[in-house]
Amino acid sequence: MTDIRKKISAADAVSDAYRYGFVTDIDAETAPKGLNEDIIRFISAKKGEPDWLLAFRLKAYRHWLTMTEPSWAMLSYPPIDYQDIYYYAAPKSASAPKSLDEVDPELLKTYDKLGVPLQERALLAGVAVDAVFDSVSVATTFRERLAKQGIVFCSISEAVKEHADLVKRYLGTVVPYTDNFFACLNSAVFTDGTFVYIPKGVKCPMELSTYFRINAQKSGQFERTLIVADDESYVSYLEGCTAPQRDENQLHAAIVEIVVMNGAEVKYSTVQNWYPGDKDGKGGIYNFVTKRGLCKGKNSKLSWTQVETGSAITWKYPSCVLAGDGSRGEFYSVAITNNMQQADTGTKMIHLGKDTSSTIVSKGISAGRSQNTYRGLVKMGAKAENARNYSQCDSLLIGSNCGAHTIPYMQSSNPSARIEHEATTSKISDDQLFYCQQRGLGAEEAVSLIVNGFCKDVMQKLPMEFAMEATRLVAVTLEGSVG
Amino acid sequence: MTAWLEIKDLKASVDDKDILNGLNMTVNEGEVHAVMGPNGAGKSTLFNVLCGNPHYRVTGGEVLFKGKNLLDMSVDERAHEGVFLAFQLPVEIPGISMATFMKYALNAGRRAKGMKDFDAVGYMKHVKVRSKALGVTDEMLKRPVNVGFSGGEKKRMEMFQMAVLEPSLCMVDEMDSGLDVDALKVVADAINVMRAADRSFMLISHNRRFLESVGVDKVHVLVKGKVVKTGGRDLLEELTSFAAYQEAE
Repeated sequence: MTDIRKKISAADAVSDAYRYGFVTDIDAETAPKGLNEDIIRFISAKKGEPDWLLAFRLKAYRHWLTMTEPSWAMLSYPPIDYQDIYYYAAPKSASAPKSLDEVDPELLKTYDKLGVPLQERALLAGVAVDAVFDSVSVATTFRERLAKQGIVFCSISEAVKEHADLVKRYLGTVVPYTDNFFACLNSAVFTDGTFVYIPKGVKCPMELSTYFRINAQKSGQFERTLIVADDESYVSYLEGCTAPQRDENQLHAAIVEIVVMNGAEVKYSTVQNWYPGDKDGKGGIYNFVTKRGLCKGKNSKLSWTQVETGSAITWKYPSCVLAGDGSRGEFYSVAITNNMQQADTGTKMIHLGKDTSSTIVSKGISAGRSQNTYRGLVKMGAKAENARNYSQCDSLLIGSNCGAHTIPYMQSSNPSARIEHEATTSKISDDQLFYCQQRGLGAEEAVSLIVNGFCKDVMQKLPMEFAMEATRLVAVTLEGSVG
Repeated sequence: MTAWLEIKDLKASVDDKDILNGLNMTVNEGEVHAVMGPNGAGKSTLFNVLCGNPHYRVTGGEVLFKGKNLLDMSVDERAHEGVFLAFQLPVEIPGISMATFMKYALNAGRRAKGMKDFDAVGYMKHVKVRSKALGVTDEMLKRPVNVGFSGGEKKRMEMFQMAVLEPSLCMVDEMDSGLDVDALKVVADAINVMRAADRSFMLISHNRRFLESVGVDKVHVLVKGKVVKTGGRDLLEELTSFAAYQEAE
């Protein structure tokens, strides 16, 4: 251990830009900038991880060194300097605002528009708020209720200690560390995330939301989520939050892995509203996420629903590997880009088993000078007898300086498989706007109503309370897109 | 009677083509006016200009509505003042039910008046009374705005929106074209029920029977963007044929 400390200390001495007063102690709150094996050992040691996990991280790191960043997406951004990033920081940074008075008033205005309850605003804005309300106790009561049914819902760090066998069995089985550049990076440096296990035959009685957990502890930029739904179980999982969260980390590279066993069903809903940058795109979050579910069991079902409104760059393809016979994958997506935002998002439906089916409904809305790409793969394996896919990709343009692109890839190795694809591109018409305004709606209210109508098929897949928030979020995201 | 709407020397163009060429018209409180004239005379343009459709450019003149300068207001501000247009060809808004659409519209108007939004119960009451009276079924309220409606149903929904929003100036653009007798009766009935001392109507129509059934007070004849003749109900008789327009010209 002393050896590691020395090395970290040496690294620290070199990086004079280092801010938080790193000391050569394992109790340090932050690792210095940059990435090397010692940093990974530091992270692992900080978290008190078992050897097998450190080995997993190091294997990933060594593989990552051999990889290059992908460039096929329709995204342009300056090169990322991976040595200029902090890979481990304490949950609460020293620069956190002390009270709401210190928070950017624009952010507070947005919370107001979204109807975020007062006591939650401080948490979302990153204020150090132990006194504001006791989120930990809320989360604890919640977890006790779940535990009675044998459901595990905890941070992945906790799970590594308390449910090591489960984590060890499934971690990296759906998204192997070799999968892609960003997933590989995540595998090496992930700091925290969520673990969910639903036992056989159990229907989770409530929507599981990271919201509760994140309030207790910020999980940072390299989040890792693992959900396992055992035979005949059901869970609906909500990720994210409609309120924009303050975050100092520009690069986000998360992994979500889901395993769905015989007859089980998982619904995974996301609202992503990371900071998109200013009107010129400065300062926004880069979001490179790998989300994939394995429908391992017969007649298993996985449904992804996402509302993507934030981030400067979104690179995200929640996918389903339909291995079990009769398994079913769904992808419902709304991606809204405004100003200088760029989104390259879609899904992959990999049909391996017999009688597998998948549905893709994607709604892309571009405004301002943004670029919005749907990229999707439907693959029918040789054994995917009678597999079916239906895809519908609609794009809506607001104004004439934005772009919408649809890039579907279809591969079929089984003649009995059927793939259907429909795509449309339309513009909000002046006639529609005039009609709404003639009835008394303001221009922005009219646009948000028309857009919400356009997204309805997807919005109604969201859990009720999430859907209402998402509707308001559409309005806030599109502010300033007309007029 | 007070002048509700005063149009003075109004000039407007579309794509640099002059359509209204110094139009004058006064509509008093509580009156029903017919706007007639040959195709291309500027009848629909007049309605669109009064509503503030940005496709049309006002190049001169003045419009006072209840004493206020209408031309200074945005489209939605005019709507909040009580200006309403029943469209000849209403546009589709997919994914938004008529019930939701009207809730947004109604609440936008209430907020402009400094009132609180309707609560769910208050709103449903307000809507149900009117939908029943106009033969609008619950199923029609759930359908997306103007999507998949027949011509007659669309007009019925325009009348329904008029009844829900309770405007003070109702402009009805050529409701009788392509409508059967029953559908036309729906429109006429709606207008008759809504007639009030503080509400005026302007109707574009060529249908004498329709105009008589709504008890038109005044008739204007537009030709080449100007009012060339104004008279009482008796003018209808002279003017229901194309020949009459030619003559008036």
